[in-house]
Amino acid sequence: MKRLLIAILALLPTFAMASSANAPVLEHANVDIRDKAAMQRGAKLYMNYCMGCHALQYQRYERTFNDLGIPLDLGIQHLVPEGVKVGELMTNAMNAEDGGKWFGVAPPDLTLITRLKGSGTKGQDWVFTYLKSFYADPTRPFGVNNEVFKDVGMPHALIELQGLPVHATEKRLVDGDMKDVYVGLKATGGSMNASEYDGAVRDLVTFLTYVAEPSRVDSEAIGKNVIIFLLVLLVLVFLLKKEFWRDIH
Amino acid sequence: MQNFINWIDARIPMTRVWNMHLAQYPAPKNFNFWYFFGFIATIVLVNQIVTGIWLTMSYNPTAEGAFASIEYIMRDVEYGYVLRYMHSTGASAFFFVVYMHMFRGMLYGSYQKPRELLWLFGMFIFLALMAEAFMGYLLPWGQMSYWGAQVIISLFGAIPIIGDDITLWIRGDYVISGATLNRFFALHVIALPLVLVILVFLHIVALHEVGSNNPDGIDTKKKKGSIPDDEKPKFKFHEYYTDKKDIVDSIPFFPYVVLKDLVAFTIFLLVFCYIMFFAPEMGGYFIEAPNFEPADPMVTPDHIAPVWYFTPFYAILRAVPHKLLGVIAMFAAIVMLALLPWIDRGKVRSIRYRCEAHKWNIVMFAVCFLALMKLGADPADYLNRVLSRIFGFGYFAFFGFLWLYSGNEKTKPVPERIA
Repeated sequence: MKRLLIAILALLPTFAMASSANAPVLEHANVDIRDKAAMQRGAKLYMNYCMGCHALQYQRYERTFNDLGIPLDLGIQHLVPEGVKVGELMTNAMNAEDGGKWFGVAPPDLTLITRLKGSGTKGQDWVFTYLKSFYADPTRPFGVNNEVFKDVGMPHALIELQGLPVHATEKRLVDGDMKDVYVGLKATGGSMNASEYDGAVRDLVTFLTYVAEPSRVDSEAIGKNVIIFLLVLLVLVFLLKKEFWRDIH
Repeated sequence: MQNFINWIDARIPMTRVWNMHLAQYPAPKNFNFWYFFGFIATIVLVNQIVTGIWLTMSYNPTAEGAFASIEYIMRDVEYGYVLRYMHSTGASAFFFVVYMHMFRGMLYGSYQKPRELLWLFGMFIFLALMAEAFMGYLLPWGQMSYWGAQVIISLFGAIPIIGDDITLWIRGDYVISGATLNRFFALHVIALPLVLVILVFLHIVALHEVGSNNPDGIDTKKKKGSIPDDEKPKFKFHEYYTDKKDIVDSIPFFPYVVLKDLVAFTIFLLVFCYIMFFAPEMGGYFIEAPNFEPADPMVTPDHIAPVWYFTPFYAILRAVPHKLLGVIAMFAAIVMLALLPWIDRGKVRSIRYRCEAHKWNIVMFAVCFLALMKLGADPADYLNRVLSRIFGFGYFAFFGFLWLYSGNEKTKPVPERIA
């Protein structure tokens, strides 16, 4: 039996040949879903810059305020559109047909975007990198393109924060010659510097990660207790089994 | 109390059934790790039924409302996310447990005479379970739900002449639509669970008629009168079993085996709950990322992959360049398993006493199955197709080899009794 298991294990590396896709390299968002301050800042950014086009149609304002630690009256005053009740879903006024006309494709709902774009933290990393990957491209309708999502229909919504990034080159010494070397996207003209913008995007992704699965923190809190309970139960069940099995063999 | 029990027993055979099938049911005393999975499978089935009932209370089986109602369960229903993850994790756990249970049967020859029908009922459970899982997977009405169902249903279109009519009949529409969702919902929550429960009942009835096999594959039911009284176990077994046979090396199922199973079950629960509470997507293998987007009949996902428990068979399907032959190969992969009692001509059950070739054959089978599982989940590029063919060939070769060497097998001597 042991030899059998060893033989199976020895052959396992054969299956590990992961399929390599031409996916863009994603930066790590390093989201902390327990950071309520970050989620509050992210919620504010979302309501100001995203909500006009991208609804969160499965999530409710009230739940969001409660989970994020935003007092209801403050939330209603600053984040809920007029005429909308706090218990309602976070929808917006854009209908899909208009959206399709204006942007080529209707702006998708973003409730689940961080889960849709990849399992584990991959989806968060995708959104994080995506929001940092707009660059000037005069051939596109809104003057911008995106490194992660080629020819995306969306304008650079956070342009007033980041400014307009361009493909930047630097003169560097290569093989004894000075050459222009591509050094990534460099933005100018925004109200934030690069690290402030990273922070803002991280806040936004933190908020979206929360919205994608609002029960995550609760789930892990319950989960810890369940695991502790089961460990105690395991000891008891094991002792009980041992006691009964003493008269066998 | 006794009066009450007597009152019941005069009207329904409560005590008799309890004794016959639990307290005085003889089980071999040498069950090992592999024997836990039948017990666990039963409890997982109960979990699926109970959580399923609660999920239906908030689920909306329409193309317009299904996706949103899942998110409603995840967000607005109290502990709805726990119910949903219990159900989704339970589906994967069910297949894991059933695969282990089936592999146990292969290791110890549990399908051999007199357990052929027991094995067949098991195979029907496996088939019903696959149908149940497939239909359940459509219900969230996500992109992968939709396109996965599209791929699988279209397989029936490969059947000559009547293929297209059959796919139309299954879908109830020219494309997968709300009509398909409604009927899959009906089948998933009523028809197939009923079939499953009945088959599980028959599986257990058949098991209790012939008795459990064990890791040594040695009969623990000997000819009546062949065992001296002092060698018989000191436990009382039900007359139903002792009247016909002398029972040796056995213990009552309750409390001994149940307690042992409970230890294993608690360990299983630890893993199950860890996944459920901390990683319910299981890296995209239990809940696939594209399913977080509502079904869109106009947009095909880049890569359609079934959930991990279907991928070995999916890899076999894709390995064959001809659609109909691919479908036949896929079903043949399951039929071969069902025919094991007749393919294996050996008289010795357990791998412990069979020839060296058998051991390596089973290793090869396990390796091929796991390799196909991985290959079926990945995009079908050139290398993937070549490997799928090699491992798919290995999968079927197992049965061919088994038939060949089991006809005249050099086995080790099987002990008379369990040591």
